[in-house]
Amino acid sequence: MNAPILEVAGLGKRFGGFVALEGIDLTVAKGERLGLIGPNGSGKSTLVNCICGTLTNETGSVTFDGQDLAGMLTHERTRLGMARSFQLPRPFASMTVADNIRVPLLYAVNARRGSKLTEAQIGDHCGELLRLVGLADRMRHYPRDLTQVDMRKLELARAMAVEPKLLIADEAMAGLSGSEVHDIVSLLITLNERGVTVILIEHIMSAVMRFSQRLVVLVSGKKIADGNPDDVIRDPEVERAYLGQ
Amino acid sequence: MRSGTFLIVAAVIGAVIFAIARVIDNEYVFFAGYTVLQYVVLATAWNILGGYTGYVNFGSAAFFAVGAYSTVFLHKLFPMPVPVLVIVAAVVSGLVGLGMGYLTLRLRGAFFAIATLALAVVLQTLVVNWNYVGGSRGAYVIRPQTIELFGSYIQYLFFIMLVLAIVALATARAIERSALGYGFATIRDDELAAEASGVPTLKLKLVATTLSGAFMGMAGAPFPYYIGFLQPQSAFGLEYAVNSIAMPMIGGTATWVGPLVGALLLGTLQQVATVTISSAVNLLLVGILLVVFVIVAPNGLVGLVKSAFASKAGRKK
Amino acid sequence: MEGGNEYDMSLDLLVSALIAGLLLGGFYAAVTVGISISFGILDIVNIAHPAFIILGSYIAYILNISLGIDPILSGIIVLPAFYALGALVYQVYYLSFEKRGKEALTGLAFFFGLLFITEVLLILVFGVDYRYVQAAYIDQSFGRFLQSWGAPEGALPALIADLPMRMLVPCVMSLVMFGVLLTIIKRTFIGRAIMAVAQDQLALQLMSASPVRIKRIAFAISIATAAMAGAFLIIIQPVEPSVGREYIGRVFAICVLGGLGSLTGTIIGAMLLGVVESITATFYGPSWAPAVSFGLLLLTLAFRPAGLLGRR
Repeated sequence: MNAPILEVAGLGKRFGGFVALEGIDLTVAKGERLGLIGPNGSGKSTLVNCICGTLTNETGSVTFDGQDLAGMLTHERTRLGMARSFQLPRPFASMTVADNIRVPLLYAVNARRGSKLTEAQIGDHCGELLRLVGLADRMRHYPRDLTQVDMRKLELARAMAVEPKLLIADEAMAGLSGSEVHDIVSLLITLNERGVTVILIEHIMSAVMRFSQRLVVLVSGKKIADGNPDDVIRDPEVERAYLGQ
Repeated sequence: MRSGTFLIVAAVIGAVIFAIARVIDNEYVFFAGYTVLQYVVLATAWNILGGYTGYVNFGSAAFFAVGAYSTVFLHKLFPMPVPVLVIVAAVVSGLVGLGMGYLTLRLRGAFFAIATLALAVVLQTLVVNWNYVGGSRGAYVIRPQTIELFGSYIQYLFFIMLVLAIVALATARAIERSALGYGFATIRDDELAAEASGVPTLKLKLVATTLSGAFMGMAGAPFPYYIGFLQPQSAFGLEYAVNSIAMPMIGGTATWVGPLVGALLLGTLQQVATVTISSAVNLLLVGILLVVFVIVAPNGLVGLVKSAFASKAGRKK
Repeated sequence: MEGGNEYDMSLDLLVSALIAGLLLGGFYAAVTVGISISFGILDIVNIAHPAFIILGSYIAYILNISLGIDPILSGIIVLPAFYALGALVYQVYYLSFEKRGKEALTGLAFFFGLLFITEVLLILVFGVDYRYVQAAYIDQSFGRFLQSWGAPEGALPALIADLPMRMLVPCVMSLVMFGVLLTIIKRTFIGRAIMAVAQDQLALQLMSASPVRIKRIAFAISIATAAMAGAFLIIIQPVEPSVGREYIGRVFAICVLGGLGSLTGTIIGAMLLGVVESITATFYGPSWAPAVSFGLLLLTLAFRPAGLLGRR
């Protein structure tokens, strides 16, 4: 049996009087492809931020690969093998595309391995990752010169450079054309086939259905469905709360 | 150019500068030169924190004064050679930088900037009320007339500041090219994304404040000997705060070259202006230049030169 | 018996320090409210605010010596000019920094430059001597002042009659100014738009109000308050160009202590700071006073950055 890579238990988060998340239980198995959907404001990004440590949850726990993450800073969680891409791409604007990839190699991978990658190895890894996402010919470009879809590819490549066990892709496809969406989904599936567990947070239903092996629905800070994608979207409560909108 | 080679080249250039100054044989050159070199160190130190990581320090005078007053304190207690005083100042100022960073760096950059202002005033008040180092009345630090090997003492101080400037520049350059430099740049660009990429932002910020504070303190350590009579108003003077910011911002904050260019240009300009016009007008000019550059050329002189080259290269294609 | 007297004296000192502190706090609130708007609400770190205040003080000084105008009156007279100045400064700030998204480093340097230039210009024009204003009531106590208007002697308890006018007037006027501002914020469209722009620029755009225009108005208001605060300042104490820098710490300490974005928090923070400073000055000497506000600021930032009533 696969031990779960991620276990979220009873997670709760409030902002002042506003309850953003309440009693979230979520278990993600190793190598799974999980889809997470929900209307705007349902708490998806808040959940991601709590899992990654950007925000601190008041109640509940997050366990990653058997380790309780309470009190751990974001960069420590990244070093354990948890990577995320941001909803709005946040590249390092003063560096080239290649250097953007270099940073996680220098900081996350080096720390985890305990031994430093050589300059040649870093160059190889950078090249390989950029080829994988299709940005190899943009190596020396700056993020401001990239198209929307290229920025999102860079965002994913940077997350992959962490050599993650788990990748959380937060709305990586918003605003992209049909074929671009298809490319990104294929990319994520390729990653998954290499052994990376992927949580996909998305609004684009075609992408979600094609990608997910399991689907979780969040509405108003609570989980209302969790299971086989085809069953979940036919669940009347889900239809009412989400798809009906 | 590797860091070791750079150090050697810089040392050679420094030796040449010193030799030329000796040949000119005018004490004023050493006095003025000391001030310009002091600003090279201050500007470079400021830039390690401000330019590389993006955290603005308004209280450079505080760290400078910590260095100066640790010298005064030790001078009264147990006179030591200046190089030792410099090391002591580095440690004390570095610790102050570390402490301040620890208290405030978990907050936004704006709060850090305000806290640095607060720090300068708190430290000045402490010094003003501390009679052992002279309080508001000031402290006399008698400068020896001569010293073996150098002749006049001011040449010796000039030499020390020259060495400090070389070390500061070499350190800044080495940081830029290292993993540390990349880490600093990510903090400046996007701290959230930096954390998500595995960069320990708090730890790196503390490294930056400690280093920056230490160098500023080192620049302040020989100051009491230079000036002979140290008062809090002069140690905590506004000119240190504004110049530490103006010189890197006018020169260019992206690399080690900017603070050097800014310090050499503005430092020399001010030496000339202070003598010919007045020190108040000279400071006014610095302030105006700062505001103008920040609006019109935020990447500084180095940035202007770079984009001039880039557009030339673009046109060639 | 001697022990009893000392106790009485200390208590007396404490009470008068407390009252002086509260009066001072009222004034500090006027000084700070501009920053509460520009930093607390608009998120602009205008560290040059004290420079505008000192400018207001010097203008009041000039109008007072040349034309004999009461400082508070001159504050009101120059309000429109300061409003226009604020709008201009914001426009430069917006075009140079906010629009380019580079507010952090360069924006701060910009305001620091403004602060610095103002101080040096004032030194060049006025020199470093202290300047003060003359007005009939400034040297009087409240009781004396009322008497000059025909009130009978001994009508008020000594505690109130002895209040110095030079502290009382600025405190009262600043609370009046605060009242006006709070009314604007709560009752007018502009006021509510200003509070809204801090929270959700998109919603504001959808309401077809331009966020930039709203912010400009808000910033202009914040600088206009500096005109009044400057007038209050020169009534309370003589000014010289570097006085502005002492107030940077106070202003941000109060803002942070009271909680960013909360105008009522500003008043509470100001009173608190005024009292602590006054007590420190009374019992430990005035040379420690600057350290108080800045020390308080450092402590608050380190341990409770949201302040007492903060919304963040």
